[in-house]
Amino acid sequence: MLLEYQVNGGDFTNAGSVSSNVKKMMRQLGVDSSVVKRTVVALYEAEVNIVAHAYRGVITVDLQPDKIYIKLADEGPGIADISQAMQEGYSTASVAVREMGFGAGMGLPNIKANSDILNVNSVVGKGTTVEITNNF
Amino acid sequence: MKIDEIIALVGGRLIEGNNTENEEVTRAFASDLMSDVLTIKDASSLLLITGLANTQTIRTCEMAEVRYVLFVRGKKVTDEMKELAEDNNMVLMETSYSMYKVAGILYANNIQPLY
Repeated sequence: MLLEYQVNGGDFTNAGSVSSNVKKMMRQLGVDSSVVKRTVVALYEAEVNIVAHAYRGVITVDLQPDKIYIKLADEGPGIADISQAMQEGYSTASVAVREMGFGAGMGLPNIKANSDILNVNSVVGKGTTVEITNNF
Repeated sequence: MKIDEIIALVGGRLIEGNNTENEEVTRAFASDLMSDVLTIKDASSLLLITGLANTQTIRTCEMAEVRYVLFVRGKKVTDEMKELAEDNNMVLMETSYSMYKVAGILYANNIQPLY
């Protein structure tokens, strides 16, 4: 099952709606609850990252019988130093993002902790692609 | 501890949640940082005490599977938050007490810390 969602930068009202849909879908398909939770926490952090940092993004979800693959491709400023961004506590979030309860530099480390396979690729000035795979 | 008891102890009120008579909270976690909430591994019977009142608080709890939320410092639950919480079968409460005061009261009444 392949699904595609559009996400707009700065749209905090709808941030999390993709993750919510994916959670409902995984539950309906009877995926183990611990895998559902790990997946949606990783996805939600990544979805909020698009809203917080990018101009817009596309989230593609490929739900297969034995795994879920999620690709979040955004158009935005990109990440200059991915290894630095993976460090807990490092953040470039705005005051507005921090007021929403995020921006403590825990997003990418938490995505990593909740993904079986995580790939992050970024081009400064163009955007970032995050790929999450979780096996069932 | 029953939801009604929590509400009575913190001088609060129930904003969202039906048929909560048989539900019990045994542990609590206090934070305004949703990134912290998203690191919670087991949120069963857990109360989140927070002063952050926006839709992302509810979304975060949906993902982290936190069902019980107590908003402190007089923060108000909006209609949008209420709708989202209802969709996710959550229980929302409000109190004018500070986070410190609420945490102290609940700790003194045997609600266990998460960590």
